[in-house]
Amino acid sequence: MSEFSSGFWDLYIAVVSVVSIVACAVFLKLQSARRVSTGSIETTGHTWDEDLGEYNNPLPRWWMWLFYITIAFSLAYLALYPGLGSYQGLWQWSQVKQLEEETARADKRFGPIYEKFARQDVAELAKSREALAIGQKLFLNTCAGCHASDGGGSRGFPNLTDRDWLWGGEPAAIKATIAEGRTGVMPPFGPVLGEQGAKDVAHYVLSLSGAAADSIRVARGKDLFAENCAACHGAEAKGNPALGAPDLSDKIWLHGSGEAAIVETITKGRTNQMPAHKELLSEAKIQLLTAYVYSLSAPPR
Amino acid sequence: MQTGTESTYNYKVVRQFTIMTVVWGVVGMLVGVVIAAQLIWPELDFGIPWLSYGRLRPLHTNAVIFAFGGSALFAASYYVVQRTCHARIFSDWLAAFTFWGWQAVIVAAALTLPLGITTSKEYAELEWPIDILIALVWIAYAVVFFGTIWKRKVEHIYVANWFFGAFILTVALLHIVNSAAVPATFWKSYSAYAGVQDAMVQWWYGHNAVGFFLTAGFLGMMYYFIPKQAGRPIYSYRLSVVHFWALIFTYMWAGPHHLHYTALPDWTQSLGMVFSLILLAPSWGGMINGIMTLSGAWHKLREDPILKFLIVSVSFYGMSTFEGPMMSIKTVNALSHYTDWTIGHVHSGALGWVGLVSMGSVYYLLPRLFGRAEMHSVPLINVHFWIATVGIVLYIAAMWIAGVMQGLMWRAVSEDGSLTYTFVESVKATYPFYVIRLLGGLLYLGGMLVMAYNVARTVAAGRAEEALIPAPRLAHA
Repeated sequence: MSEFSSGFWDLYIAVVSVVSIVACAVFLKLQSARRVSTGSIETTGHTWDEDLGEYNNPLPRWWMWLFYITIAFSLAYLALYPGLGSYQGLWQWSQVKQLEEETARADKRFGPIYEKFARQDVAELAKSREALAIGQKLFLNTCAGCHASDGGGSRGFPNLTDRDWLWGGEPAAIKATIAEGRTGVMPPFGPVLGEQGAKDVAHYVLSLSGAAADSIRVARGKDLFAENCAACHGAEAKGNPALGAPDLSDKIWLHGSGEAAIVETITKGRTNQMPAHKELLSEAKIQLLTAYVYSLSAPPR
Repeated sequence: MQTGTESTYNYKVVRQFTIMTVVWGVVGMLVGVVIAAQLIWPELDFGIPWLSYGRLRPLHTNAVIFAFGGSALFAASYYVVQRTCHARIFSDWLAAFTFWGWQAVIVAAALTLPLGITTSKEYAELEWPIDILIALVWIAYAVVFFGTIWKRKVEHIYVANWFFGAFILTVALLHIVNSAAVPATFWKSYSAYAGVQDAMVQWWYGHNAVGFFLTAGFLGMMYYFIPKQAGRPIYSYRLSVVHFWALIFTYMWAGPHHLHYTALPDWTQSLGMVFSLILLAPSWGGMINGIMTLSGAWHKLREDPILKFLIVSVSFYGMSTFEGPMMSIKTVNALSHYTDWTIGHVHSGALGWVGLVSMGSVYYLLPRLFGRAEMHSVPLINVHFWIATVGIVLYIAAMWIAGVMQGLMWRAVSEDGSLTYTFVESVKATYPFYVIRLLGGLLYLGGMLVMAYNVARTVAAGRAEEALIPAPRLAHA
């Protein structure tokens, strides 16, 4: 796999690099005469701004050696490691290979610990103190950034400790969410409903969870809801886990409650993404995470 | 231009830049102290978006590098190039344009960055209209500087001017290439480069901004003010030649060390690393020439606080240019990258080297520009020196410890193969060091305030000096 568009650039890089490093050494050698031939005086003889002068002391030996050593080290490094165009170096090192080797070593060392968990049922794991301890550490390093350290979530990031699930709270559903990710899309209804229509629907939605709402708007919004929203949220507005459509009749609001926030959601829509983790975490780790997340709201242990 | 002024140096533009060095120094360091405090008490943004950390941080870096450091470089280079060429500055008008143009850039930065207008390229955050103004000012700067060199009355070009010249030419190149962008609106543009190429161009720029803006330019300062203040010739002309060419040649290659273990190809990373290592000796050449110039006159270090500033700054230069190559080694970088160690490294260079050498130079310049024998209070220079030095040590020691601790915490693995610590635990463990860092920053700012007072008193008691150009001394070789 070459990063170069043609063999020319490959060679160009290699030649320019080696010549540049060697040129530093040659330049240093040319300048390293022990005595400087300026006759008997110790300065160069030039004077600026009345009293600025220059001695012409030879280069300090230790400094020259320091310079030569770094040059020699560099040439040796470029012989062993990739650096000169597409030449891979005698040790055939690459950062991808280093990652693969380190991953393989870690898998070998820690693999057996995880294997036993991978075979266990999520409901069983959710009762194992040992499994939950690892699951919690994985959660804190992988999930807490969005869902918070206690799994309580925040605006736009679901709370995992309540029993309200957008995509289902069964172990299999949780595992699928972690592994494959989810994309929740609420389309914008501003163009369809207009400003007043969106407000009417918002008041109807507010009334579903018992919040204060304008009864005239509620009445108008009810019909609009049936026409536009019920397809996903259901006639009873209880939501649909197959689509990730939230239950609107409870008091849990992912994108904020109150008229303004709901109008905004209706008008502009929402796109919410949970990224897929199957490329980042092994099967067993996803199993452990599933168990931990399940345990956060599962029936009492 | 009247022929009458040709017999004097243009000190006016030097005075203007020198005063603004002190003003922007106070402002830039104050913003630094504010954001250091925000890391301990995040609520210090008072919920105002303009005061949020993400917007103030680029304001701090731009203010200290380009406003404080830039003004110091303009002041020193205009003073040094005139004095060492025995010639009045080339075009008073263009020199005045560089002063007002540069101040306009700084004010534009101070307005746009808190408003959140940014290209998001580190140290190149300013949007394209400001970038164009910078380019114009910089080209004018080059004309003024090289025009003065061209007018010189002495045959040889003094070593300080080599460094100023390299700094001016290279910064023009870096700025124009890295700022290439496609404007979308007046305050929004998109980089001309994409993906990893954009990252590489950015860090080619970024590291050479360190190498030429913060190193070559300030070495020019060192090469004039140390021998002048010490009353001694430069230690070795030959060393100047070797380390100058080696430094400006190898710096150009070092940028990729900012992108170790990323999508940048392995070969590019390796080249960045080896040239960063080769850079050690050329950097130390400058340190040796600065410190050894004092050989035979070490006692002056005891009684002369200006010399203390200059020599200690060169020591910090030597320290950070040792640390830099070490951190560019992939194995070390794997630990240090993304930690506060990097912040500590930058500040040992910024506070220790760039800050102290600028302050020493301003203390040298100011009485001469305002017709005074010395600063209003010499003991206050000493006070400034000591609180600044203690501040630097607190700052960089705190960040070293915090950085190594963070690096070790992030890589720690438990018995079961999971990470031992979460990220937020490493943040929590860093709090005490953030407090020490804030204390160090407060001391450094305090020193700057002492300087501002001393400068104000000196200026108030002084008058604008018109210095006659002396006849050059003939070479006696």
